[in-house]
Formats: sequence, C-alpha cells, structure tokens
Amino acid sequence: MQTLLISAILILFLVVVFQIAKASEYVAMIRGYENARKQSNKINAFLLLAFLVLGLIGVYYCNELLKDRILGEPASDHGVLVDRMLYVTLGITFVVFLVTQIALFWFAYKYQESDNRKAFYYPHNNTLELIWTVIPAIVLSVLVGFGIFYWFKITGPAPKDSMVVEVVGKQYGWEFRYPGADGILGKKYFKKVDAANNNPVGQLWEDPANHDDVYVEQEMHLVVGKPVQLVIGAKDVIHDVGLVHFRMKMDAVPGTPTTMWFTPKFTTKEMKVKTSNPDFVYEISCDQLCGKGHWSMRGIIVVETQEEFDAWLASKKPQYLVANPDKDPPQQKEIASAAPLAGAVIR
Amino acid sequence: MSETTTVQVVEVKHAATHHEEHGHHEQSFISKYIFSMDHKTIGKQFLITGIVWAIIGGFFSVLFRLQLGYPEATFPILETLFGKWAKGGQIQPEFYYSLVTMHGTILVFFVLTAGLSGTFANILIPLQIGARDMASPFLNMLSYWFFFLAGVVMAASIFVQTGPASGGWTMYPPLSALRQAGDGQKIGTDLWLVSMALFVVSSLLGGLNYISTILNMRTKGMSMTRLPLPIWAMFFTAVLGVLSFPVLLSGAILLLFDRNLGTSFFLSDIVINGEVLPNEGGSAILYQHLFWFLGHPEVYIILLPAMGMVSEILSVNSRKPIFGYMAMLGSLFAIAILAFLVWAHHMFVTGLNPFLGSVFVLLTLLIAVPSAIKVFNWLTTIWRGNIRFTPAALFAIGFVSLFISGGLTGIFLGNSTIDIHLHDTMFVVAHFHIVMGVASMFGMFAGVYHWFPKMFGRYLNNTLGYIHFWVTIAGSYLIFWPMHYQGLAGVPRRYLDKRGWVNFNQFGELDKFITVVSIIVFVVQIVFVVNFFYSIYKGRKLRTENPWGANTLEWTTPINPGHGNWEGDIPEVHRWPYDYAKDGREFIPQTEPVGASESKH
Repeated sequence: MQTLLISAILILFLVVVFQIAKASEYVAMIRGYENARKQSNKINAFLLLAFLVLGLIGVYYCNELLKDRILGEPASDHGVLVDRMLYVTLGITFVVFLVTQIALFWFAYKYQESDNRKAFYYPHNNTLELIWTVIPAIVLSVLVGFGIFYWFKITGPAPKDSMVVEVVGKQYGWEFRYPGADGILGKKYFKKVDAANNNPVGQLWEDPANHDDVYVEQEMHLVVGKPVQLVIGAKDVIHDVGLVHFRMKMDAVPGTPTTMWFTPKFTTKEMKVKTSNPDFVYEISCDQLCGKGHWSMRGIIVVETQEEFDAWLASKKPQYLVANPDKDPPQQKEIASAAPLAGAVIR
Repeated sequence: MSETTTVQVVEVKHAATHHEEHGHHEQSFISKYIFSMDHKTIGKQFLITGIVWAIIGGFFSVLFRLQLGYPEATFPILETLFGKWAKGGQIQPEFYYSLVTMHGTILVFFVLTAGLSGTFANILIPLQIGARDMASPFLNMLSYWFFFLAGVVMAASIFVQTGPASGGWTMYPPLSALRQAGDGQKIGTDLWLVSMALFVVSSLLGGLNYISTILNMRTKGMSMTRLPLPIWAMFFTAVLGVLSFPVLLSGAILLLFDRNLGTSFFLSDIVINGEVLPNEGGSAILYQHLFWFLGHPEVYIILLPAMGMVSEILSVNSRKPIFGYMAMLGSLFAIAILAFLVWAHHMFVTGLNPFLGSVFVLLTLLIAVPSAIKVFNWLTTIWRGNIRFTPAALFAIGFVSLFISGGLTGIFLGNSTIDIHLHDTMFVVAHFHIVMGVASMFGMFAGVYHWFPKMFGRYLNNTLGYIHFWVTIAGSYLIFWPMHYQGLAGVPRRYLDKRGWVNFNQFGELDKFITVVSIIVFVVQIVFVVNFFYSIYKGRKLRTENPWGANTLEWTTPINPGHGNWEGDIPEVHRWPYDYAKDGREFIPQTEPVGASESKH
C-alpha cells in the first residue's frame, strides 16, 4: 500500500515536471526563443553563483557536523606520520580547491552572455601555460618527497626487539599465532590444516619451534609502546588487516605472506578515556571484499601493559599440547608458561 | 586522397545495396535500424543501449543504498520483487554484493565505456573529420553486436539460480576463482567472465576502427592539428583501449581456466570451508596486475572522451577559442602515456615491494600535472568569454567542477603513505565516483545535449535539461562530499551494515541522508530519459543546420544527414576548429578559406 502510494506520488511528480516543461516550451514559442533563451541564461548564471556560495557554506557546515566523527588521535607512531601527511595534503588541496572552484563559477557568472560584450580572442599564452605546469609540478614533487620518505619509514624493516604475531584471515574471522618463548613461529604447510584435530593453521609438529606457539582466535593482544610485527596470511581468499586507529592496513593473501609493523601508543583502557567511550575497543576490519560475510569480519585488539600481556599469554596452552594431549605432562606445562617472553626476536 | 577513397567506398557500398544511387532511401528496416552499418545509427544504438544499462545499474545502486541507509528496516516490496534474495524484505548479503558488483561492472564497462565512447566516437569521428563513414562499417557493426551479446550474457547471469557474480567489479581471485566461496562465485562468475571477453572483442573492433578512421580518412585540409579536441580524445581513448583491453582478456581467460580446468595461475595454499585444495605455486596478486593494467587506463578510457567533448562544448558556448590547444593535446598525450604506468597504485597494500610502490607514487602524482594544465586551460577558456548556458554548457561546467574535486582527492590516494589509511574505505568510493563516475557522466550528458540536434534533428527540452542539471550536480555533491568523512573515519567500503562495529557506527543519519538524495537523483535521471525519448519524436525541430554557431564539420551536413553524411562533395578544411571571436566575427567555420587580411594567432 505504502509502496503503491510512493510510486503514485513519483509518477504524479514526473507528470507535473513534464507538463511544466512542455508549458515552458509553449511560452518560449509565444515570447520568441531568443528572449526566452536570454532570460534563462541570466537565471542560470545567477544559479551558478548561488551554487558556489551555497556550496562553500555547505562545505563548512558539513565539516562542522562531521569533523568529530572521524578518528581522533592516531594510536601508533606510524599513524602520526600518516596523519601529518594527510593534513598537509588536505591543506594544499583545499587551497587549490577554493581557488579553482571560485574561479570557475565566478568566471561563469561574470562572463555570462551579454549583448554588450564581445568574447576575447585568446587562443594561447606560453608564459601562463609554463607557470601552471611548473607550479603544480613543484608542489607535487614536495608531496611526493614527503610521501615517499614517510612510506619508507613505515614500510622499512621492523626494529630488532619487535614482538611477532602471525595473523591469518579466513571466511569470516581472524586467527592469531604467537611464537612462544623461543620467539620463533614454527613452520607450517597449508595441507596440514586440520581444524577438527586442533591444527587450524597447519603447523608442522615435527618442527620444535612449533611446540610453544600459542594459537588464539578473534582477539589479539599487544603490548603498549612495544613494536609489533604482524606476519599476515590468509587461508581461502584475499582479506585485509585494517587497523583504523593505528592507521595501518595490509592485505592477507593466500600463498603470499605479507608483513607490517607498528608501535601501539595507547592501551585500550587509555583509549576508552581519550574517546570518552566506555565501550571502546580496537577493531580489526577486513578491508578487502571476501564474500558474503565481509562486512562482519571483525577482530579485536587488546593493547595492554607488559605485565597484563604476560599474564594473558601465560594463561594460554601452546597449540602443540592442545593437539597432542599425550605430550602434556603437568610439569612441562608449568615450565613452558613460566618462560620469559620479553625480547622475542624474529629470525 | 582520403576524400577519393571514401567516395569509392561509399560507391561500392551503394552498388551493393541494390545498385541504387541513394541506397539509404530504400533500406529495409533491418538494415537501416538493426544491422545498420551507418556510423550514426550505430552510435545511437550504443547510446540507447547505454541508457538502458544506466537505468538498470542506477536502479541497483538505489537498492543497495536502501540497505545502507536503512539497515534495520524491512521493505516487503523487495521480497515480492526478488524473493529469496530479499528474504523478509531485507536485502541479503549475497544479493547486496551481487548488486554492488553489477552496479560497478555495468556502469564502468557498459555505460561509461561502450555507452560513452561507443556513442560519441561513432557519431563524431566521421562527422568531425569529414568522412562518409568509418574505415570498416562492417567491423563497426560487429562492434555493437558483440557489445549487445556481452550485455545479453550479463543480463542472463542476473537470472541464474545462484545469482550473478558477487566478487566486486574487480573480480579478484581467489574469491572469484572458487565456487565454494559463495553463491555468486558459481555460474554467475563464469557468465561474468564470458561477458567481459565478448565486451573486450567489441571494444577492440571499435577501437581499431576509430584509430584507422582518424589516421586515414580525414578530409582534405584536415591535418592532425586541425582536429577538434573530441577527436583527439577519442583517438587516445581508442589507443588506450587497444593496448590495455587484451590484458584484461588474458586475465579473464586465465581465471576461467583456474575455475574450470584446474589450473593454478592465481591459486596457491588454499583451505576453504575445511577443504584443502591441491593448487600450489600460483599468485593471486598476478591477477591484480593484469586487471589494473587495464583497470587504470580504463578510468582514462572513460574520462578522456568526456574531457574532449567538454573542451569543445566550453569553447563553442563561451564563443571563444579553447585556450592552449597544443597544451590540451600535449596533456591528453601525457595522460595517455602515464595511464599505463600507474596501475600499481591500486595495490599499495597488497604487500607490493615498497620501493616499487614509491615509483608508482611518483608516476601517479605526475599525472596530476597534465590534469592541472587541463583545468587551468578550461578556466581560461571561459574567462572573458560570452557564455551561453545551454544545458550542454552547464554540464560541461559541472564536469570541470567535479573533475577538480575528484582529482584533488586523487592526490591523497596516489600518495602511498595516506593510502595506507584510506585504501578500500568510503573515501575511495567518494573519490572515484566523483572524478570518474559522475564527472564522466556529466561529460556524457553534455555531449548528449550538445549533439542531440545532430543525431535526431530535434532539440531536447531545455527546461527539463536545466532541472536535470541542477538536481544532478547538487545531488552528486550531497551524496559524495560527506562520504569522504566516512572514509577518513576508516569505514571500509562494501560494508552493508555497520551497526555491529564500535568505530564505524557513527554515520547512521548520514547514510539515511545519502540514500534519500540518491533516490531523488535517480528519479531526476528518469526525467532525462523521458525527455530523451520524447524529444526524439516530439522535440522542437531544428530550422538551421548549425544551431550552436559552431565551426566544426558536423554542422555543415544536412539537418538529417543520410548514410554518407554530405550530399555533395565532402567539404574541404582550411583552418583549426576554434576560430571564435576572431577579428570581430563571432565564429568562422573550418570550411572557410583563410582571408588575405586575417590576423594570425
């Protein structure tokens, strides 16, 4: 019923618009096309100017309305660089935007057709053209220079003392593996993946480096102020580890491992205060279309102090022991969990 | 020389059509309107097919905007229309992704490639260079019919039981390669790939024809530097298409192999739904290289014809020469070259080598220089003009405004540092919709309003044209400007419901607003379509051959030109096409010999 009503209104609207248009054609015929054209020319010239003014007010209003809903302070050191680059670019492009849009609409208004004006024959001017080739080239070189400088900083090798976490994307969720006391992620092979037998990422149990690796799902824990390198992969299709607060992003590609590293600046608790949102959590969003559950492929990151992190990790049993319960004598378990975790290195 | 050859060609063809002097008078309905070899009819076929696809593609966007704006609401009508795809009146995720995929594919390939350059290359090239038809009218006809076939296959894919492809218009494997990955990855994706392959054939047949026609069939006196800018734009567009579409074809075929023949071009190390696949050694990223080697030139294939037509329309309606003709040419050339060297900027976060990434940053931002030249030249073209605001001129001005806005956000995304944060967010959606989608659409509208009198011998209704323009430009900015803020907040694209997210759910009101505006804009496009078809039959008739007072050759043909375009000899060209306001004269057609006392520029 409602749909019918809406459709009826729409059709009525179309008919009315159409009739007005037809009537305007007849009016033009009676008054002479030339007069009608000149009048509509004036109206459109005025509308172009009005559009410029209203548009600029709209740009300001939109910013007032939405500026607090974009992300606040970046939560990683790389994020600081990304944001700085972003705001420098925003400043430069906004000036260009203002100058060119104002020129466009103002010229259109000012040089609207008039019987008293003759258009100015002005086919080219080499000096002008040189100026507006060289200036954009210089400005862009500056942006490229800064951009590449920051890019190499962000994508450069991770610091030696980084902790390592493996991230694996699958339809539709996230899995994580911590290297354990030895700091080394054990070897894996995709044909060994067997979730039913507690081997969700395909670890090779004959590799001793695998014996202390800890596997968790959906929630990754990181240490504040400590660089972390993520080793990223995917099981089925391409996913993307999107970390909005850290301003980081990297695809998870089946068959091709990727990495990124950053240093979290604030714990989750600190962020709850900073954002004045008691429900705040760091979220991992999948940013590459991965199937029908793409929009809900959410993971959580908990950033905490070293002590909290150590306690959390100690509460987890290495996956080797979960998969091979016969290898899990009680004493061994205690030794494994008591081993120091700080200073894990990638080899 | 070229004139005599074309005359011969036409004579041969006339001989073939029943040995009559004016074959086009006696053509049957089928050879005149369906399997026509007249470039003007083929152009109209492209245009009308493009309009039909645009309505379908636009309607799909309204459907998924409903979901985005009102994720909690139910629309029983949707269940009536789409059954299981909108169970309970709510768009199901598979359906949502199919809609998004089809919207992108249809608009990018069927509307803005075939509908835009197919239409205007066909209509304008022979008319503006002074030729009786394309180099090969038969291949030209095949070009349309391959496009039509591609459309039939794509349309069929919408009706298969498991639904059309849903892997996004970029169709990245492994998602698109694995039937197990979802319903849209079943037969729908095969049909999508077949349709694309047919489309590439169409595009190649068209492109080769455009290139050979422009190079070989110009009338006497029409040197390359006397070509109107739309022709130059179509020329570079065709070159881009001919060099890059085959690469897409190879990607599509390899993907078909991976899907159906068990090859591993793009597949390696895959465990899906607990099933371990045997494929090893392929690279999923390889497909992205193949895709974007077409995909990036593709955005210029879409944009260049719009740029060319806007240049022409701004000059004609400002009654003033285009500023910096040679610079416009140079920048078109630079854009065409650079278009091939920037594809990996779509892949900054795929794990691409950072050094390679930095090279692509440099090349990508370089492309802003010729773009800036074009903008400043357009601004200078209208400066001190005497501007007539026909609907075509308004759309051309709107194009420049949108091209500036969307081009500037490209400087954010082309810079890999910023791209890390903005990649695959709504910022990207806003950026490419403004600069590629809406701007090119504006170029296309400008072209339709400007050359409609040439196509059909009648005018479009101006009042409807003005309503169409003002609602569309205001709507476009209202839809896409605030969308940048969603992207700055990191909201990923292709999220159909953000309520489950702590950090992305702050834009509920904005999404409703955008949805309402997009419905209004869609309705106004229907106004345009009504205007278009009504005016073909009932529009005000042309009384003069040259309604806009333009210099180019198409306006020297009869009001309703037959096959062959000019009744007598093809006119000879004596000057460039932009002598407006010269020596106190409002315009001087290209066919007028240069006078002895005329000033030089």
